[in-house]
Amino acid sequence: MLVRELNAALHHFLETDPRVVVLGEDIADPYGGAFKVTRGLTTAYPDRVITTPVSEAGMVGVAAGLAMSGYRPIVEIMFGDFVTLAFDQVVNHVTKYPAMYGGRVTCPVIVRVPSGGHRGYGPTHSQSLEKHFLGVPGLLVVAASPFHDPRTILGQLLQRDEPVIYVEHKLLYAEPIIRPAGGRIGEAIGREAASPGQLPTVSLSFVEADDCTATVLAYGYTALLAMRALEELAIEEEVFAELVVPAQLAPMDWGPVLESVDRTGSLVTVEEGMAGWSWGTQAAADVGASRFGRLRRPVSVVASGPGVIPSSREQERRVLVGVEQIKDAVREASR
Amino acid sequence: MRPDPDARLTGMPDDSRETRLYRRMRFIRRFEETLLSLFEEGALNGTTHACVGQEADCVAVIEHLRPGDHIFSNHRCHGHYLAWTGDAAGLLAEVMGKPGGVVGGIGGSQHLCAPGFKSNGILGGTLPAAAGIALAMKLSGDDAISTVFMGDGAWGEGVVYETMNMASLWALPLLVVVENNGYSQSTPIRLNMAGDIATRFAAFGIETAHIDSTDVLEIDAAAAQQVAAVRTERRPRGLIIDTYRLCHHSKSDDNRPEEEIAERWTVEPLVVHGRRLPDDVRGRVDDEVEAAISEIVARERAA
Repeated sequence: MLVRELNAALHHFLETDPRVVVLGEDIADPYGGAFKVTRGLTTAYPDRVITTPVSEAGMVGVAAGLAMSGYRPIVEIMFGDFVTLAFDQVVNHVTKYPAMYGGRVTCPVIVRVPSGGHRGYGPTHSQSLEKHFLGVPGLLVVAASPFHDPRTILGQLLQRDEPVIYVEHKLLYAEPIIRPAGGRIGEAIGREAASPGQLPTVSLSFVEADDCTATVLAYGYTALLAMRALEELAIEEEVFAELVVPAQLAPMDWGPVLESVDRTGSLVTVEEGMAGWSWGTQAAADVGASRFGRLRRPVSVVASGPGVIPSSREQERRVLVGVEQIKDAVREASR
Repeated sequence: MRPDPDARLTGMPDDSRETRLYRRMRFIRRFEETLLSLFEEGALNGTTHACVGQEADCVAVIEHLRPGDHIFSNHRCHGHYLAWTGDAAGLLAEVMGKPGGVVGGIGGSQHLCAPGFKSNGILGGTLPAAAGIALAMKLSGDDAISTVFMGDGAWGEGVVYETMNMASLWALPLLVVVENNGYSQSTPIRLNMAGDIATRFAAFGIETAHIDSTDVLEIDAAAAQQVAAVRTERRPRGLIIDTYRLCHHSKSDDNRPEEEIAERWTVEPLVVHGRRLPDDVRGRVDDEVEAAISEIVARERAA
């Protein structure tokens, strides 16, 4: 399960790297954090794991000071929705210091943001706000996925000097990590690839990639939904598409996406965030620009509906991206 | 590496302490006035926030800091930077937008970085970073302290209170120096602050010294005490200095009453402290500072 793997990874890095400091609200034992990712950490490392007041801007700012002093702070935002309170710290402080001081400092803060809906938590505890951070200069936006080993990803991030927003969809916490192995990813054919200096991208399909007629680009929890959609389409309708799942959303490594699109000639993007001005629209612009005339149809961007995320189960389901919506888009894109 | 600072600006070996303090204030004053005239002639790009009138704060506090300590400053950062580094050439080049500037011409006037020094023009947002640097000092177990300069206006920002709370709660070696010049850009403090500054510190259990002075020796004594307390007690402290900005906030944005400004020119730091020096000494220091700054300006203009 992602939650146990993240917890083990944090224990591991606190144990092996004395520069790592963990900050967050309600992370002290016995509670151990709202989603238990930080369980046991204050007991094992009381000096470097600090439960904070309800002060998102303050704790990200403190992390900036730690990072510029040589530490490797990892901050937990209890619900990703609250990261708006730290937006100034991310945009005008954490990411600015390295750039505006002409590279004289680094500020490697990792901000973990448990995000996403489907839990009935309502308008302010269900959002996927990462699109607001895409394109902030100097910032990496990375998403936990069902197919990426979280310890490997965190380990790579701790080796790098850029600040990071690390998105964890709440529904992934209880899901297993399906690791690429021997040319397969679970029931699918799949592999992991990385351009030099980039985090890995996973590609998978239920038939050989050469027989796929659409590419689906998704991350986080929607990658799991997309895999289910592709499996159902393959079995029930003989519609075959390739799923491409990057760990890093921004800056984007387009290499693996273009490699797939060049085979399939068609692209669908999927994200749980609200439609418009988003990751998918940027993908449409970038892939559209570099593959103009070689796509059979315009890039299809699947995202959640506009407006607030309702608390009621039925209303929430209608707003958030689901398997049926992905299947509709892939059917259309495969033609 | 930058050349060593010019001793004519930062202190000659045979200066008495009183002469040294005067020289360092005079240096900052003349640097700022020089920048303002360079702006007027169109030689500089962007904007600047001169600290004319507040030189005593910069010099007195930074006298008590030492290598290993850290200073976080705000938009009005030149005095702090010059008092810490003496690097007039680098700062001038930076404001001129030259590659030889402190941060290569990217940061400009209010975004400076040197060993043990940083500044940012986003008010209040610097406080948690200064607290984070203090936390790093605490974790590393050394006796360094983190100092942050803020103005009265920055008290409008919520993150200031978040930081006060964490700094006190976690016993961080953080000195918060408030330069209260009574105006937040154009707005007098009575229009944007309820209550007062000292009780805000008190609410978080942070001991504070409050001084209404432009006398560098008075501020020096208060700063010495607060710096030593943070260094030994490993707890945050506040130092509130009621002062006055004699120039506009940045450029051509001053609508304060002329009589008010004129009155403050009679009690500005160089007048107050300059009286203590014999005329010949003061004249010699003024000439040395003038010569050193002129040389730097000529060099940077030619660069």
